[in-house]
Amino acid sequence: MAETLLELAGISKTYPGVRALDDVSLRVYRGEVLGLIGENGAGKSTLMRVLGGVVAPTEGVIRIDGNDRARMTVSEATQAGIAFVHQELNLFENLDVAANVFIGREKLTGGPLKLVDHKVMRARVTPLLQRLGADFTPDTLVENLSIAQRQMVEIAKALSIDARVIIMDEPTSSLTISETERLLEVIADLKAHGISVIYISHRLGEIMTCADRVVVLRDGHTVGELARHELSHAAMIRLMIGRDLKAQYTPPKQSPQPGGCDIVDLVTSAFPDRQINLSVRRGEILGLAGLVGAGRTSLARAAFGIDPLLGGEIRIDNAPVGVVSPRDAIRQGIYLVPEDRKKSGLVLELPIRENVALASLLDYARMWLVNGTAERRVAKEQVASLSIKVPSIDVEAVTLSGGNQQKVVLGKWLSMRPRVMFFDEPTRGIDVGAKSEIYMLMRDLADQGVAIVMISSDMEEVIGVSDRVAVMHEGSVSGVLEREQFSEYNVLRLAIGQTLETMEAAAS
Amino acid sequence: MMKKELGLFLLLVVISAITGAINPAFLSLVNLLNMANLIGLFGVFALGEGLVIITGGIDLSLGSMFALLGVVFVDLLTTYQIAWPLALLLVLLGGLTLGGIQGFLITRLKMQPFIVTLCGLLIYRGAARYYTSDSTRGFGYGDEAGTLGNIASGHIAGIPNTFILLIILALILGVLLHRSVYGRWLYAVGKNEEAARFSGISTGVVIATAYIISGGLAGVSTVLFVFYTNSVSPSSFGNFYELYAIAAAVLGGCSLRGGEGSILGIVLGTALLQVLQNLVNILGIPNSLNFAVMGTVILLGVLADQQLQARRRRQVSLAGLVRTVPKSILTQGQQNAPPRGAAALPARTGDHA
Repeated sequence: MAETLLELAGISKTYPGVRALDDVSLRVYRGEVLGLIGENGAGKSTLMRVLGGVVAPTEGVIRIDGNDRARMTVSEATQAGIAFVHQELNLFENLDVAANVFIGREKLTGGPLKLVDHKVMRARVTPLLQRLGADFTPDTLVENLSIAQRQMVEIAKALSIDARVIIMDEPTSSLTISETERLLEVIADLKAHGISVIYISHRLGEIMTCADRVVVLRDGHTVGELARHELSHAAMIRLMIGRDLKAQYTPPKQSPQPGGCDIVDLVTSAFPDRQINLSVRRGEILGLAGLVGAGRTSLARAAFGIDPLLGGEIRIDNAPVGVVSPRDAIRQGIYLVPEDRKKSGLVLELPIRENVALASLLDYARMWLVNGTAERRVAKEQVASLSIKVPSIDVEAVTLSGGNQQKVVLGKWLSMRPRVMFFDEPTRGIDVGAKSEIYMLMRDLADQGVAIVMISSDMEEVIGVSDRVAVMHEGSVSGVLEREQFSEYNVLRLAIGQTLETMEAAAS
Repeated sequence: MMKKELGLFLLLVVISAITGAINPAFLSLVNLLNMANLIGLFGVFALGEGLVIITGGIDLSLGSMFALLGVVFVDLLTTYQIAWPLALLLVLLGGLTLGGIQGFLITRLKMQPFIVTLCGLLIYRGAARYYTSDSTRGFGYGDEAGTLGNIASGHIAGIPNTFILLIILALILGVLLHRSVYGRWLYAVGKNEEAARFSGISTGVVIATAYIISGGLAGVSTVLFVFYTNSVSPSSFGNFYELYAIAAAVLGGCSLRGGEGSILGIVLGTALLQVLQNLVNILGIPNSLNFAVMGTVILLGVLADQQLQARRRRQVSLAGLVRTVPKSILTQGQQNAPPRGAAALPARTGDHA
């Protein structure tokens, strides 16, 4: 292959207690599409942040055009021609396309006022958009564009700085099939113009289509590199997983009990034209997998009364329960451990004691006055039974580690009477030790007869912890897997919308 | 928690002592009682403003509410000769209603508190002026105001009733804010509305209630001010008073970001403001500088408080770092007493090391 554009050699990045990257090396050639794959938490994002100058590596060398450096700033990375197309698009919705492309580098008119020259900016952006085959003009407001169109704006932005390497992080996670095809065409065109693309995706099919070479990361290491002719789903998955997933699984003490929670023809505001049907029995942990944006969080929010139910009903032990607010849900014993614990799970500046008591305070109040004794007792009980490591129940939740914060959120609910619990990404950003404790707690709860739905994008967790796995795709459940059917491959297939039947047909 | 209030109290004492030393008239009984009266008058509605600010909102409409409710109140007593208890009740209901409407617009229709109450400020003032054709309303001889007027502007054992009322209301609201479940919810909503909602708190109701309480206290204040001035001129009555309340609350430790503040702090903030006003008069500082002095003190006070808090934050985060260090060492030494859950998964504890 042609000249080496940039090279990362022996890159390591250590955070307190975590080695996010360990001696990773990566080479990008001119005009190639490099696929970068790995499970969540494998280190892909950290590596790309190093490349973008956002994160300085602890060790290693970044070599661009033959120049070695130990670290880069964001502007150095930009000057070197490295551009990002982010997963969450970083565009200003209130500005037009041209202004977004030139954000921070606005073209100015001459004269003393130095006003922003919209005319020149638009004229410069037009050929870029034409080259990308975009169907909108530079003066369109970004808020009027679809996700796919916004992506084109990001790519146009990259082209406008004469990018030589464009990093795309899960670019198709919110695109339709035809939009994805369009993007792949654009990538092929970029490649033809000598621009390299680093393509990060969980969608192995797309990687198969567009990548010239694939690098696989796992646990912060480079575990393999596949050339174009070596690419296959099986080969990639084998490298990505690479270890025994069943190690963590603790089976339930008894087989699932009768009763539980049935979600019948539920319609959420995120997907008004789709219905969700799902059953979770008492005593089981149902994993809920799917791609980001498949409607899993919307389901949990609707069941918990945060978002309105547009149709269908929720039954617990075959009795319909009306839920129009979190208050109703809590009264019915439906609890949600939310995805963003800092934003939705905890009031960070309140002490642990008040956080634990927040939902149950009124239950043991006398004449609406806070019962301080009961509050302290409840908080202490939870701190002890969840082994939350804190100096006292009066310290603010903000001072705790992620795992301990998550346990405080759990403590809030466990001090009451759970019947159905939704865990939305319960171990995101939590270290390994605390993770296994959370899994044990979920198992204990299930064994006490609670029906548990665990939403997770962490494949290892979904397969390692769940008794059954339901997979969602574009707003509805595309299939349910029993333990013997568990495999990362099966989950991924269901997540991209293929049914269990076609899968079995393909297998046979 | 109480540090802020203590600091404010000390500031109040120091300023009073200095002023008293320069001009002993400041500490004369007459002056002190006069200040107590003003503190009572301005404190009552500052309490309501404080609650609203703790929710993360703001109420800009109070001064105009006084004008509107004031002209209606005087009219009820003079033109319609309604018995004073009924008039009092109607004014209170009026305040609660206006607060309720604002609360509804803010929580149900999701409008911004600043905008809703700014429009309130404009609308109530306009309504008051239109209602009276911009003419001043006052009491005539023999109007049905005597008893209530005597109560509102009277005193018990020399202490102005307004001040006594402020203390009573502060005690009630102190229990509400610092001892009741509602108070807890109010702080939680102010600090993180989303987390409060995810804990099953009806955040809309909690916030709206704060505006209703603020409106009710505005009704009480209206009556007190009407009897303090004995007449209501609709274009100037209560002008800027909402700013006094906001200033007092902020000085007293409320953060406009919500979730912070105390009743004691608000009362002390009100007291400090009144002391400053009085000091301007008594020290012979030109009266035109009145607002400038007030503004400067608030600015310096909030600045100092913020710096102190930032320092405290840094110390907390440092302490947090120190705590995390022994934790990783602890993991090794904890094998004799494994935390719940870890026992079943011994192999995973040190995986990442």
